[in-house]
Amino acid sequence: MISFTTWDIVRNLMLAWRWTILLTLVTFVLGGTLGLIILFMRTSRQAWLRQVARLYIELFQGTPLLMQLFLVFFGIALFGIEVPAWLAAGLALMCWSASYLAEIWRGCVEAVPKGQWEASSVLAMGYFQQMRHIVLPQAFRIAIAPTVGFGVQIIKSTAVTSIIGFVELSKAGTVITNATFRPFTVFAIVGVFYFVLCWPLSKYSQSLERKYNAAHRH
Amino acid sequence: MAYQFDFLSTFEYGDIIVKGIQTTIELIAIGGVLGIAVGIFGAWARTQGPAWLKPIVSGYIEIIRNTPFLVQLFFIFFGLPSLNIHISEIQAAILAMVINLGAYSTEIIRAGVQAVPRGQIEAAASLSMSRMQIFRHIILRPALQKIWPALSSQVVIVMLGSAVCSQIAVEELSFAANFIQGRNFRAFEAYIVATLIYLVLSILLRQVLRLIGQYFITARRNA
Repeated sequence: MISFTTWDIVRNLMLAWRWTILLTLVTFVLGGTLGLIILFMRTSRQAWLRQVARLYIELFQGTPLLMQLFLVFFGIALFGIEVPAWLAAGLALMCWSASYLAEIWRGCVEAVPKGQWEASSVLAMGYFQQMRHIVLPQAFRIAIAPTVGFGVQIIKSTAVTSIIGFVELSKAGTVITNATFRPFTVFAIVGVFYFVLCWPLSKYSQSLERKYNAAHRH
Repeated sequence: MAYQFDFLSTFEYGDIIVKGIQTTIELIAIGGVLGIAVGIFGAWARTQGPAWLKPIVSGYIEIIRNTPFLVQLFFIFFGLPSLNIHISEIQAAILAMVINLGAYSTEIIRAGVQAVPRGQIEAAASLSMSRMQIFRHIILRPALQKIWPALSSQVVIVMLGSAVCSQIAVEELSFAANFIQGRNFRAFEAYIVATLIYLVLSILLRQVLRLIGQYFITARRNA
């Protein structure tokens, strides 16, 4: 039997760590794009678009990510398509994160004073022009801190994809535990790896919040 | 070939689903109450507590808030036995939920506590209220009123997060879905049913928390 040293555990976890980071980045880009679309729908002038977006957000925020993951995994399989775990993981995380990002950003859009909308509509700007030139640039400043904060949630949520067999940090932890029978050490190291990713982001988000809040108050 | 949906074969396992729902409710009821209690204690410790306690509480918050719930659960369930502490699956799940919710609710409640105007506290002190009385009546209640919506959202998030407890064989709702799809090979139907039940549960939980907020936290303001 091959014996694992603690260094072997760390080395193997580091290899799996890459997938956690990659999945987080992909989720952030895809989820952010979809989230922006949902945001436009949620703040649209068409009542039915607002309703659809509200329903989407309600659905994805009201059900467990794990179930969404299973549904994507087995749902695509219904069409006879073999679904690799990474694809299901990416899709489910994208849909899930979009619902939260859209709602976070809606709060930021609503924080832009109403007068700005009115003034720009007096200038005969259309909805997309108002959003692009007047509202989003102002909402952007407010949105940076909570968006970075949500990045931490995304990193942590990638752990759930281990359950459908995507080999990232948590899955590697389980596999190594089975090989070494040292759950205490392994999961402590796994926790440290997540912490190293999340903690600086949390701190950064907090400092951004202080900075922009201060700018806001004048 | 078009897929033939068959939801009936999922409902044949109705009793397992019902038991799963019960366990999920049990988890969030116990975990929610104890987690908020830890949060109140943590908020007290961080704002009024002795100096030596503050770094311990902030360390706890930072560690829990920056690691995934799944890893915390695995650490507790698989890790504790190597320290010769043996607990059942459901105990591990509740412990993990309390520790997790405790950290988040500490931060949420602390924000409310810090929003209480200093003048209120000084006024209470001049009425010769004790420190404990001031915390209970002057600080905690208005603080809880202010942050109750945020706290409710966090409880719902923890309830949805409890789905991963199936991974340590706690027989809750997602465990029931896994069990059923293992029997009848109708994964999509089983997970659709479980997901919809979760949706209903989260809507109900939100309502229950809103009522608790109305009756126990906001109402006495006018009394």
